[in-house]
Amino acid sequence: MARITLDHLAHAYKPNPQGPHDYALKEINHVWSQGGAYALLGPSGCGKTTLLNIISGLVRPTRGRILFDDRDVTDLPTEARNIAQVFQFPVVYDTMTVRENLAFPLKNRHVPRDKTAQRVEEIARLLDLTSVLDRKASNLTADMKQKISLGRGLVRPDVAAILFDEPLTVIDPHLKWQLRSTLKEIHRALDITMIYVTHDQTEALTFADKVVVMHDGAVVQTGTPDELFERPAHTFVGHFIGSPGMNILPCQVEGATAFLGSETISLQRRYRTLNHKEQVELGIRPEFVQIQPKGAGLPVRIRRIDDIGRARIARVEMNGRMMAASVPENLSVSGDEASLRLDPRHIHIYADGHLVAGEALGGQAA
Amino acid sequence: MTKTLNNKAWLLVLPVFLIVAFSAVLPLMTVVNYSVQDTFGNNQFFWNGVGWFQELLDPSTDLGGRFFDSLWRTLLFSAIILLIEVPLGIAVALAMPREGWTVALSLVLMALPLLIPWNVVGTIWQVFARGDIGLLGWVVNHLGIDYNYTGDPLDAWITIVVMDVWHWTSLVALLCYAGLKSIPDAYYQAARIDGASRWAVFRTIQLPKMRRVLLIAVLLRFMDSFMIYTEPFVLTGGGPGNATTFLSIDLVKLALGQFDLGKAAAMSLVYNLIILAICWVFYTIMTHGDARKEGVEA
Repeated sequence: MARITLDHLAHAYKPNPQGPHDYALKEINHVWSQGGAYALLGPSGCGKTTLLNIISGLVRPTRGRILFDDRDVTDLPTEARNIAQVFQFPVVYDTMTVRENLAFPLKNRHVPRDKTAQRVEEIARLLDLTSVLDRKASNLTADMKQKISLGRGLVRPDVAAILFDEPLTVIDPHLKWQLRSTLKEIHRALDITMIYVTHDQTEALTFADKVVVMHDGAVVQTGTPDELFERPAHTFVGHFIGSPGMNILPCQVEGATAFLGSETISLQRRYRTLNHKEQVELGIRPEFVQIQPKGAGLPVRIRRIDDIGRARIARVEMNGRMMAASVPENLSVSGDEASLRLDPRHIHIYADGHLVAGEALGGQAA
Repeated sequence: MTKTLNNKAWLLVLPVFLIVAFSAVLPLMTVVNYSVQDTFGNNQFFWNGVGWFQELLDPSTDLGGRFFDSLWRTLLFSAIILLIEVPLGIAVALAMPREGWTVALSLVLMALPLLIPWNVVGTIWQVFARGDIGLLGWVVNHLGIDYNYTGDPLDAWITIVVMDVWHWTSLVALLCYAGLKSIPDAYYQAARIDGASRWAVFRTIQLPKMRRVLLIAVLLRFMDSFMIYTEPFVLTGGGPGNATTFLSIDLVKLALGQFDLGKAAAMSLVYNLIILAICWVFYTIMTHGDARKEGVEA
């Protein structure tokens, strides 16, 4: 059991990295606490897998240290760390039965035979593999194989953390839910830290207690799914999470007022004077933007209305910029002209992409 | 409607039938025809039934004794070749670089022996192994080892085996290398996490993944070594004595040296059947585990 600490960790695949652009993984400090369910979320090529491989020891970081509790494991090889990893494509040993596959890590570590057998039975029961234990692993479906890969990690009694590298990529959609809930159950049943890498926000938000969002080799925000939704720390998090993502509009801010072109919006927080060199943007999620008949509010032109299942989203244009807004149930608009009402409690101001903490105005309810 | 289409289809496959008929069926039938007759000069043929086959398969006759001697010799040669070239080829493939500029270099070097014509290989080794002017023969003799491939049967065998290993191991190595390259990195990473030893990685990942290419390598090497003709013909001419007279060499002696077309035809047919039978056995053994497998590969 271990807490995993990343201490000034950075990695470059090139030898002799010069500037920050040479780093696949920019400096990161992070603590994964024991027993947490984490998701590492980000688009392809943002360094998620690199980070995962550094934790498991498949890649040695260029700089920084990794600590398991207080033990420095930076130089320890993979097999000496109590870490298991499940890969994107299921890895099973073709010539072995499911039972032999599950026993393999223990056999390699010279665990006594009776103990191995008992442990294999236990894990097979947990993963619902008991009925196929004596079948050849190569004959099974992808989701079964992925369970076997997971089982080979769980079977080791010393494993403190399991790393998942987009484990559901090759699984049929209807089995994804099932396998993901199996993962959740196992996480609840065993006190194991799980780190789950994915580029799919639904997977990340439904699996994890805490989501670490990565962008371009750096961690941009760590938080619960709610925090990521309510207070994105970076415009990237804003538009990457949520469907559709956050509306980001360039603006000017003076005190507690934002200027969007000729329109003014009063804010609920007072902001420091933002430098002219900084790119100032206003962010608001479509869920907090309502479209209403033309009148008070920001004048917009409706381009299209999408039905996304439980809600309808209007794609509107304002001064040449596209925005998304939610459509109330009983809305009737004549023509394509309408107005937007922005919920001021959910407006965030960003400077150069980063959230600017404002100072709450006295006397107004937040 | 369908009938018209079918007739056209027959027309389209007709050229293939003709080619196969002229290139395979007719020559084979000629051989079958010879094998049941005794031939003399002036194109005289006399019906002999299965007489040649009876004589051929009876080791107490001249023909049978000669046939079985050559057959055991050839089988022994193929067995030695497979036992050396397959493990050696696997070892070479495992040692070959996986990335970087050395990949291209090693591939080219490995392919070189495969590009040399058979009779040139024979000639190269004939000169190379000579005791008086050949680099190999001269050096070995000067090291105090008595080596003479034209006089000593064992030396002749060693020379032919080494020559074949030199010529063909790279084929096995290249096939195995292709098999190894197709293994995704995740397998090696998973094996490291599972704490597998180098040997376990080979046994549980590399060897099973090379299985299909190994099957091809074993079949190719068996067929080629079992039919070997040109290189020993150039190198030793089947000698000393009959020490390196393999089936194919014996067959040519019989057919073109003595013009015993009937006997030679019977021998050809039996030879052919033996190759087919052994290939079938190899194929069955090596695909045995695959039989129940679905065609899905991870």
